[in-house]
Amino acid sequence: MTDADVGHKLQLAAFRRQSRLAMRKTGQLVPEGTIAGNALTIVVSIMSFLACLTLGAVTLVHDASSDWQSDILREITIQVRPVEGVDVDAEAAKAAGIAKTFKGVAGTTVLDARENAKLLEPWLGTGLDLAELPIPRLIVVRLSDPAAVDLAGLASRLKTEVRGANLDDHRTWTARLQTMANATVFIGVSILALVFVATVLSVVFATRGAMASNRDVVSVLHFVGAEDGFIAREFQRHFLLLGLRGGLAGAGAAALIFVLLSFVIAPSMASSEADQVSALFGRFAVGPIAYFGAVGIAFLIAIMTAVTSRITVYRYLAETD
Amino acid sequence: MRPGDATTAAGGSAEDLIRFENVGLRYGMGPEILRDLTFQIAPKSFQFLTGPSGAGKTTLIRLFFLQLKPTRGLITVFDRDSAVLPRSELPAVRRRIGVVFQDFRLLDHLTTFENVALPLRVMGKDEASYRADVVELLRWVGLGDRMHTVPAVLSGGEKQRAALARALIGRPEVLLADEPTGNVDPPLARRLMRLFVELNRLGTSVVIATHDINLMNQFNARRLVLEEGRLTVYD
Repeated sequence: MTDADVGHKLQLAAFRRQSRLAMRKTGQLVPEGTIAGNALTIVVSIMSFLACLTLGAVTLVHDASSDWQSDILREITIQVRPVEGVDVDAEAAKAAGIAKTFKGVAGTTVLDARENAKLLEPWLGTGLDLAELPIPRLIVVRLSDPAAVDLAGLASRLKTEVRGANLDDHRTWTARLQTMANATVFIGVSILALVFVATVLSVVFATRGAMASNRDVVSVLHFVGAEDGFIAREFQRHFLLLGLRGGLAGAGAAALIFVLLSFVIAPSMASSEADQVSALFGRFAVGPIAYFGAVGIAFLIAIMTAVTSRITVYRYLAETD
Repeated sequence: MRPGDATTAAGGSAEDLIRFENVGLRYGMGPEILRDLTFQIAPKSFQFLTGPSGAGKTTLIRLFFLQLKPTRGLITVFDRDSAVLPRSELPAVRRRIGVVFQDFRLLDHLTTFENVALPLRVMGKDEASYRADVVELLRWVGLGDRMHTVPAVLSGGEKQRAALARALIGRPEVLLADEPTGNVDPPLARRLMRLFVELNRLGTSVVIATHDINLMNQFNARRLVLEEGRLTVYD
């Protein structure tokens, strides 16, 4: 080996040393191990999981309620009761004719005797001659634009022009469904708020614990002239990462549950019980809003964790200095 | 040997870096541990702060860099009344004072380089901008080959010099050193003292808290003698 080779090797070694020195990440001022990291990450993931499940349930109920309302609002019913000496079928046809003249009405269907018999079958059984009974005629009015229909005008014309006619716009049902759905959404939002408060409090305790176990570090930072903002940033960085990890883990688990639920529910949808559930909850599938919401919750929790730790550090420093 | 220029006006002057007037300190409802302290630290001065163990030297040093607030009296630091100094301005004042603690207070999880660079890092400076200065200072205090070592494997003397380098890196106007020679052998103690004298010649005011009479006798410097909570100044 020549002197030039030795010199080259020495230069290379020096360059590598310098590179390692330059590449070395500056040590974190708050050591990772001094923060109750794992326990808090688990708490944050559980909170994120619960928040995402709640959000999923809320969107499910909200979507189902919207479906009910739009389905119900797209139909109204005219009932024509038989009156002594009046041809009920003629009155029903007249009522259907009046309804068709209104703006926003897409069409009408007068239920015939067979359809009426089918509706009454659960109560009266089969084989009865319904022609002998004073069964009211039902007219289903389909609406193309529920908002445009003058329901009061229709009810008033039916009352004056058709004997025994009565308009049922399902408002009572809609109002009840609306109340129930609103109550469910309110409960869901309250649970979300409680979950967030619990998360914030957990982070406050964890930050204070971390500050206490890093008392020496904080003291040194103070006497070398660190501002509160600098110290807060050092802690905040840890908590932001921790919150992000926990938040995403919880949201991921919740999304997995949503997906699994949709797979488990789908095959049983053919049964009659499932049809009833489906009538109530629609497809029982969590919509894209819940998935996007879960990601949003994960980031929200991470930001909340970081901001909470920052505020806690400021307060702690103000109390102790 | 007389380091620096320790002459000051008897009652202090507007140029004093730190001025105490009738300062007293007590913890809670206990007795006053420091009483009626009146003195000043002039620019480019060199002084020993001495007294028996437990006399309150460390407590007085903590008052110097505003870690403690006096229960009475007036402390003026760089012409700012410490009693009305807002919390937000404390860091700026502390950056003008370098402190070497008796127990070093190095951060065990950081390397010597990182410990020494800490005052610059908290100022928000980029590492590339101070790397050369820190390396040069570490070489000056004889730690050029220990810069990537963590404090746990440094000797007492090396820790002492690392703590001194950390106190000096921000070019403070006042250096406070609490028993800087207490944990080192006599040759190293003399070497450290030479560093302090050199620093003082370069313009930094130096306050060395020590109870080592032999060490003080080697230097013809001002002495602040703390005894039973009272301070006597020997110019």
